[in-house]
Amino acid sequence: MSEVILEVRDLVKHFPIRQGILFKRTIGQIKAVDGVSLDLHKGETLGIVGESGCGKSTLAKLLMNLEKPTSGEVRYQGRDVLRLNPADQRRLRRNIQLVMQDPYTSLNPRMTVGDIVGEPYEIHPEVAPKGERRRKVQELLDVVGLNPEHINRYPHQFSGGQRQRIGIARALALKPEVIVCDEPVSALDVSIQAQVMNLLDQLQTDFNLSYIFIAHDLSVVRHIADRVGVMYLGKMVEVGTDDDIYVRPTHPYTQALLSAVPVPDPTARQRKAVIRLEGDVPSPANPPSGCRFRTRCWKAQEICSVEEPLLQIRPTSGHPSACHFAQERDVVHAAG
Amino acid sequence: MSDIKVKTAPVLGVDGRSAGHLLEVDNLHVEFRTRDGIAKVINGVSYHVDAGETLAVLGESGSGKSVTAQTIMGILDTPPGFVTDGAIRFRGKDLLTMGKDERRLVRGEGIAMVFQDALSALNPVFTVGFQIAELFRKRRGMSRADGYKRAAELLDLVKIPAASARLRDYPHQFSGGMRQRVMIAMALALDPEVLIADEPTTALDVTVQAQIMDLLAEIRRDRNMGMILITHDLGVVADVADRIAVMYAGRIVEQADVHALYGKPCHPYTLALLDSLPRLDLKGQELNTIKGLPPNLLRIPSGCAFHPRCTMARDICLTQRPALVELGGVRSSACHFAEELYGRE
Repeated sequence: MSEVILEVRDLVKHFPIRQGILFKRTIGQIKAVDGVSLDLHKGETLGIVGESGCGKSTLAKLLMNLEKPTSGEVRYQGRDVLRLNPADQRRLRRNIQLVMQDPYTSLNPRMTVGDIVGEPYEIHPEVAPKGERRRKVQELLDVVGLNPEHINRYPHQFSGGQRQRIGIARALALKPEVIVCDEPVSALDVSIQAQVMNLLDQLQTDFNLSYIFIAHDLSVVRHIADRVGVMYLGKMVEVGTDDDIYVRPTHPYTQALLSAVPVPDPTARQRKAVIRLEGDVPSPANPPSGCRFRTRCWKAQEICSVEEPLLQIRPTSGHPSACHFAQERDVVHAAG
Repeated sequence: MSDIKVKTAPVLGVDGRSAGHLLEVDNLHVEFRTRDGIAKVINGVSYHVDAGETLAVLGESGSGKSVTAQTIMGILDTPPGFVTDGAIRFRGKDLLTMGKDERRLVRGEGIAMVFQDALSALNPVFTVGFQIAELFRKRRGMSRADGYKRAAELLDLVKIPAASARLRDYPHQFSGGMRQRVMIAMALALDPEVLIADEPTTALDVTVQAQIMDLLAEIRRDRNMGMILITHDLGVVADVADRIAVMYAGRIVEQADVHALYGKPCHPYTLALLDSLPRLDLKGQELNTIKGLPPNLLRIPSGCAFHPRCTMARDICLTQRPALVELGGVRSSACHFAEELYGRE
């Protein structure tokens, strides 16, 4: 495999819960991200899936250096991002960019498309001299499949899919190496989703980009990702290649998640294994002891409440899985 | 196939159509009169649902699927929305021409609705128990205590743990999935014969979505209710629907039994939609896309509204609007080349 470009080690982010008006006391911690490690290789797409509240968006913010982690390290090309001096940090930020979920709120309605896509050059003027900016922005619009002549239009004059393209053009402006995509297609209609995903695919090949692709839609992630990590309550519970996760999942949560995804094929009604989880995801302020999934798991035994299962390769799992009772089970293709 | 529309003896007789269906939307037209012009949101939609079956209405945003439901329920905002033509018959009686009081009786008891966003559909300043019990007090003349008792039974029915204790909770104290259950409980309170579920799981996570869809299917079976499921999710539809109506630009472009539709879509739009899906069980290379954008309803393209995005479009599609033609069985498709698509291998 190619070189590792982004390395995350034991990343932790706890948000304090405060109470009181004048004298604020900390009465607890929301454990949004609680010890996540991952490697991103050059040119690959790492998919992160999980339900709301599992910490995937906080992870994105930590990677972008928009939130300070409580502890842990983010290393970009071997250098610890958090310990850089401000000048180095600015330079480095050029290389990691973000595409956000909601194309309706992530673009300033009072700025023209040219200003939006060109704004990164204001912050990093060394990338493009003033005289060249307009031409560069038009190039970018062309690259993402928008009409370069629309440079003076405002966001409301574009449809959802086109706005997402504007967001992507903005992320590309500084020629980054890594793009963090936080639910980039979930706000779009089905017929538009495919267009944007193909665009992301195309750009990856053209510019040799590495993606961290965060989404809750497992079919979307399967389509685009080379490797996939599954998160639950701030922890990574299973990591592997897309076949590891989709064909040979070993963590019960992954299996339940896959089995819950409706397959657009009515003949699959009988074939599909049905695993129904009870209840909701517990609060990240007070996660269960031991394995965090045990309160909803049908395999849970005493050891699960005492000992936290580590994310590692196990005798019954060829790829890292954080379950004491990890076992392969194909829930998508055959009745289990 | 010739016109085999009248299958049972017409009861109403006036317009010569069958009144055999529990709920029937007939050639409905709705327009929105806005400052920018008239948006033709629904342009001749007809569908029906019978007891015990699930009809899925599938479409992208702006296709008119929710507006049809709102018109059935009589909660269309007027202005800007106006019904310009058509009928909605429930048990043979036209809801659009009946009096206000009579129509109110149908709402809740005849047809009930579950909305997408439970947090904004429930009243935040009253407890959940109060909101459900209110139905029984107002409509059934029950006492406060009896109302609360029935409310607890309903919350129990939709599998909310510790139902009687949770009656005193406010909507914000419930999780997303539980809130959706409260909405379902409320819709079921007066034993409706038809339940309209408008994107009931779109705001929920997949594992919770599966729970809610199971619950809805179970309730429909137990009560032999008719269900109209409005959604954009082709996966959910494949899981639960009996029949499907696909909408595009305010019209039904294809209607078929679920197996027939997924097995052999007979409208280019359905075909392209199914083709553009990333599939969990298949990993393809490039996704097939539908070019262009859904139409602006203020300026619906001439002829077939789908023609600017269609790969099969020919001259006739620009000028002539294709009628919804029957293809055999319960299938119909609004495409000039429907027969061709139907005949293919």
